[in-house]
Amino acid sequence: MSPKQSGRRGFLKNSAALIGAAVGAIPAAADQPMSDNMESKDIKELIAYGERSHFVKSIRFPVAERMSPDDFGMTFHVVSPIQDQVGIITPSSLHYIATHRGSYVPDIDPSEHRLMIHGMVDRPLVFTMDELKRLPSVSRIHFIECIGNRAKPSHKTAEETHGMTSCSEWTGVLLSLLLKEAGVQKGASWVVAEGAETVKGATTIPLDKAMDDCMVCYGQNGEAVRPQQGYPLRLLVPGFEGIHNIKYLRRIKVVDQYYMTYNDYGHINADARVAALGTQLGPKSIITFPSGGQKLLGPGFYEITGLAWSGGGAVKSVEISTDGGQSWKAAEFRSPCYPMAHARFGFNWKWDGKECVLMSRCIDELGTVQPTRAEIGKYWNKPVDKDFQVPGADNSVFPWRIASDGSVHNGLA
Amino acid sequence: MGSRRINWLTLLFLLPATVLGLNQIATAQSPTYGVGRTPTAEEVRAWDISISPDGKELPPGHGNAKQGAQVYLLRGCGACHGVTGSEGPAPTLIKSDGKTKSQFPCLVPCVNDKNVMALHSPYATTIWDYIRRGMPLNSEGNLKPDEVYALTAFLLFKNGVIGEDDVLDQQTLPKVKMPNKDGAGMPPAWKHGQPRLAGYP
Repeated sequence: MSPKQSGRRGFLKNSAALIGAAVGAIPAAADQPMSDNMESKDIKELIAYGERSHFVKSIRFPVAERMSPDDFGMTFHVVSPIQDQVGIITPSSLHYIATHRGSYVPDIDPSEHRLMIHGMVDRPLVFTMDELKRLPSVSRIHFIECIGNRAKPSHKTAEETHGMTSCSEWTGVLLSLLLKEAGVQKGASWVVAEGAETVKGATTIPLDKAMDDCMVCYGQNGEAVRPQQGYPLRLLVPGFEGIHNIKYLRRIKVVDQYYMTYNDYGHINADARVAALGTQLGPKSIITFPSGGQKLLGPGFYEITGLAWSGGGAVKSVEISTDGGQSWKAAEFRSPCYPMAHARFGFNWKWDGKECVLMSRCIDELGTVQPTRAEIGKYWNKPVDKDFQVPGADNSVFPWRIASDGSVHNGLA
Repeated sequence: MGSRRINWLTLLFLLPATVLGLNQIATAQSPTYGVGRTPTAEEVRAWDISISPDGKELPPGHGNAKQGAQVYLLRGCGACHGVTGSEGPAPTLIKSDGKTKSQFPCLVPCVNDKNVMALHSPYATTIWDYIRRGMPLNSEGNLKPDEVYALTAFLLFKNGVIGEDDVLDQQTLPKVKMPNKDGAGMPPAWKHGQPRLAGYP
């Protein structure tokens, strides 16, 4: 139960792998032509565990505001190349990363990991990973989005504006099953969830949510949850702001009040409405093609495509504007629409070669429509200029400006 | 006579049946799968580092700001937070004039001094809890309760919340009047299938 920092260990492993690969590569080079870019891994390694083509370059990068690794070697926030992704599942290797405080990715031996459920329960329980896997499992597709996923005028690409949302198939046990097994006592109203990383990141979650659809996950996209995503066990709180999805989950305490952990207090605000807007996430969408940094190759047909999601349920419809929000037309779904999951939309479009502004907006199953910055400003009675910061989680409609040369730019700039 | 005897007999049969009935109710609330084990009280004590705003889980111990200044030095806090707590590279611990944006990392949204440690939490327990679980870097969870009380007192004193000689302990810590004591809107009650904020566009 003592997570070790994997930094140095990882470095040693990588060095060993490089030496091994260099030796192994000599006969291969003689047998067949190899590009300079050819992956240097041994073919046995690639047979054992494959990897993408070296022609595919899509990568994550740390947010500009705070570098990862930081001065202490910790990882903080890393954005996902959302503009390169197809379908609705984010490759595990490209899932955005956010950590409590900034964290070393712990190297947890699953045979030593335990989950404790205690507090206001009749029967406190401790589970090993093997025991959790004996219980009835569920697999569900859900997005996780960080509250810091906030487009700024200075951002160039969709990775920067919207790269802190990702969607995976998560596998595990319903938290409600574990809580029923422990027997929640009368008077309980919240649960505190806590991770096993060095900082023991913790948040407070409404008991109703915990009993509704939260999952204790050991699987992500068909394999074990990745270390950067909480191996061996993470909590999933579908549709809630990312920080609630505790990684390295080691403890659930059932309590009768909001605990105001360090990670909770960042959500509080003098205005309870702002706190509400930072808990369950609203309907949101982003056009991933064409998006910032891409270029249209002259007038003609293009499919406008992107992702839509909502913390309030499944996406019901998506609308596209090609005239800066003056008129809206229904997009088509190119994927199934699961509750609290990314949905892929498409819109057949013929570009006339003139400058225009593209927007998408998501309508969820509750009937909530993704708002524009102007609508949000009106609600708060605040002027909407470039500096206007949407209170709570920002789910505002985002514009891409297509210049007449086909280049795509941030419409907030 | 005979019927009365039968009644007695019936009662004798019913009594155990009633007890059995109660048992069945108890069974309905018992675990379905029976997987997992019961932790010992000692295990729960060792693992449970959560501190509620009313402080009921706070361990015995005490400390004031003067002692906290010593702990700050002895535990090397200044190596990351600076000699006075504002020199970085770790997030600043002392509030600024409220105008300048800290050049050192903090959580989003990082505006002025809104993220000076947990100064804006309505409860001092948030600070105590975080120091105990998350500090110091690379030796988290090793501070003694007295040290955590003292460091909390030191930081609250440096931010003008308490006096230099005020002693924090199990009783006094939850009673500290934080600057934001009445300025915290709580997250809403959550219900499945409800929009996040009624009336919001």
